[in-house]
Amino acid sequence: MNPRREQKIAAGVLWFFVLVTVFILLFMIFFILRKGLPVLSLSFLARNPVDMGRAGGIFSTIIGTIVLTLAAILIATPLGVGTAIYLTEYTWENRLTRVIRFGAECLAGIPSIIFGLFGFILFVTKLGFGWSILSGSLTLSFMLLPTIIRTSEEAIRSVPKDFREVSFSLGSTRWQMVTRVILPSALPGIVTGIILSVGRAIGETAAVIFTAGSALNLPTSVFSSSRTMSVHFYILAREGISLDNAYGTAAVLIIAILGINILTYSLMNKYIRKFQ
Amino acid sequence: MTPMTDLTDLAPPAIRARGLSHFFGSVQTLKSVTLDIWPHEIFGIIGPAGSGKSTFLRSLNRLNDLIRGSRVEGRLEVEGRNIYDPGTNVVELRRRLGMVFATPVPLPRSIFENIVFGSRLAGVRKSGELKEIVRDCLEKTSLWEEVKDRLASSALKLSGGQQQRLCLARILALRPDVILLDEPTSGLDPISTMKIEETLRQLKRDYTIILVTNNTKQAGRVADRTAFLLAGELVEVGPTDQMFTAPADRRTDDYLRGRFG
Amino acid sequence: MNKLDRNERLVKLALLVLAFSAVAVLAVITVFIFSEGTPIMFRHGLGKFLFGSDWYPSENSFGLLPMIVGSLFVTFGALVIGVPLGLACAIFLTEFSSPRLRRVLKPVIELLAGIPSVVYGFIGVVILVPFIRTTLGGPGLSVLAASIILGIMILPTIISISIDSLQAVPRSYREGSIALGTTRWQTTRMVMVPAARSGIIASIVLGMGRAIGETMAVIMVAGNAVAIPGSPLSPVRTLTSNIALEMGYASGEHRQALFATGVILFIIIMILNTIATASSRRKGGKGKNSR
Repeated sequence: MNPRREQKIAAGVLWFFVLVTVFILLFMIFFILRKGLPVLSLSFLARNPVDMGRAGGIFSTIIGTIVLTLAAILIATPLGVGTAIYLTEYTWENRLTRVIRFGAECLAGIPSIIFGLFGFILFVTKLGFGWSILSGSLTLSFMLLPTIIRTSEEAIRSVPKDFREVSFSLGSTRWQMVTRVILPSALPGIVTGIILSVGRAIGETAAVIFTAGSALNLPTSVFSSSRTMSVHFYILAREGISLDNAYGTAAVLIIAILGINILTYSLMNKYIRKFQ
Repeated sequence: MTPMTDLTDLAPPAIRARGLSHFFGSVQTLKSVTLDIWPHEIFGIIGPAGSGKSTFLRSLNRLNDLIRGSRVEGRLEVEGRNIYDPGTNVVELRRRLGMVFATPVPLPRSIFENIVFGSRLAGVRKSGELKEIVRDCLEKTSLWEEVKDRLASSALKLSGGQQQRLCLARILALRPDVILLDEPTSGLDPISTMKIEETLRQLKRDYTIILVTNNTKQAGRVADRTAFLLAGELVEVGPTDQMFTAPADRRTDDYLRGRFG
Repeated sequence: MNKLDRNERLVKLALLVLAFSAVAVLAVITVFIFSEGTPIMFRHGLGKFLFGSDWYPSENSFGLLPMIVGSLFVTFGALVIGVPLGLACAIFLTEFSSPRLRRVLKPVIELLAGIPSVVYGFIGVVILVPFIRTTLGGPGLSVLAASIILGIMILPTIISISIDSLQAVPRSYREGSIALGTTRWQTTRMVMVPAARSGIIASIVLGMGRAIGETMAVIMVAGNAVAIPGSPLSPVRTLTSNIALEMGYASGEHRQALFATGVILFIIIMILNTIATASSRRKGGKGKNSR
């Protein structure tokens, strides 16, 4: 076949596939929002679920999501950033660093249900924490760790090499250099990674449902069981409790994720422009 | 090479190298260098690329330690003490020997914060003290008039020449004894170069200055004494005028005449 | 000075401890999953466990074959849908689109990755399943439904890693080919894609790993019947669904059998990840590893 004709056909096919993909995404978002936005109201967001979620709102699940995500980030960030700092500033590439990286990569590939199993057996059962925010956030934090390590490392590596020499030549210790020069410059990239992890944590269900449980009341302590929005959504949909409320919950989830993605992008653009 | 017996200066040498050799892994970059540097002189170091000039300079503030496989043999004394002794406080050493690099590297912060960066590390906190330091150092590098109204603006907005003078001011804030300069004007325009050379002449009164340069004419203009390094070896050292007009070594003559470089 | 060195060494040690967290967590997870799950596998016999088709927990009969086959079918189906679509998008975005279009489309694709799996599953149940039921017959909850949903879910993985691999191919390859008078498509087909081959394979293998590991979406659309699926329209249960569905009320041997399911899953994923990493490290893989 004439190569030019072949190219036209190929380009056409590729365009078609891209359009299909974009269409699928837009369709999903619009579908959820179309059916879910009408359900959203101040009382939906501010009231607790009533009658197992058949009526009322999703307030306690919003709180549950926020608390669980916050706790997981608070655990994963020091671990992840600390790992990144160690790998980039405190050691040269050697067997140890390769082991650490291998560990992080493997961790990234483990499916959430396995994390759920693990969290259930260790935190809920063996350590006796029960279905609780504690169990849930610990488990969730391990899932977020690889992402935070990777994005922090990238951010730290992109700080110009010369800054380090200047810092040392002005009489700083390595730790002072890290805290006063590297981290301030790498902060936007690190924060971007954290925000990305927040997005992931919000949508996580399998690991959460087996560790934090699905209690509908507002959590009172770190040992309380709590339901997140995604778990609530799953239960509403699967048990057929309330399709309307399911759509509403999904809409809140989608809006949150959209907001997080937009925030990440604007942050990354600001960061890139600052260094250009 | 024997130290110059300058009758007017009976103070001990500020810096004394005895058989100083340096290695990066198995590659030897300095071959048993022995020389003295006197207080309050401008000491120039010239030589072609790769001759070990920067390596020698960076041995003085032990910046080479940061590179994997860096190893030193011999003695290097600053103000009488061997700086490669195990008990040496390297952080303190780097404050006493301030370094200016070939490319100006202002930190991404304000002019004021750039200058007090080292002071803050050293524990200076009072804002009055810091302001004094900033004014003093900017005046010494002839930058005060140019930037006194925008101390809070970003240092990245300064021109190349101004940035390099800022870097100089930055190390002066630590009240060093020695100023190390590694090809400081190689990327600058002639006017900025001139301003910096003039500043060095004025600073000589209070500091010992060691200037590595790949521009022999600059050494001729500014340095009191000069050392010529070639492939890690100290070929010749002596008063600049004398070395430039009547070099003792054939290789020095070749280099100065531009027969190689 | 000694105090300085000592402090520096302490900081380094503290950071090393933090750095080991990822490895430690991985080790602990591995230990726990295996210690809970392997005893029962050997007690009942590994062969019967892996190849028995009777899963009746109440009668203490634990054969995983239907679920293993289910996972394989569903994953294969996901690849059939996800790979062509994903590769097409990746090729389009790197070779056939303007930089402006790319800047618009890339975030869109990453948004696809951010949507929670339960939302995917929900849309599958509400739209896809009835559609399959009315147009193709069967209960709708089927291998086909799961494959389609999973195929869409692994798109971001395949697309972004393939894009990275294609962009890592040295520009000189493309320029050299064009200089010989080929069209863009010929260059792409004969030079760029083969050069990025190992990265693309890695992306597919990782997509496979994601598909096998996906739980919530599959539960909602696959039907979850414990039987080897006879056709794409039959309902199916995967290894992951097996665990998630029964974990809530399982106890004793039943619970251990679910852990054993987790062990099998874990091993499969680890193998896939290793293949993916090995593939991307070979020449022509991701830019980070090649000079």
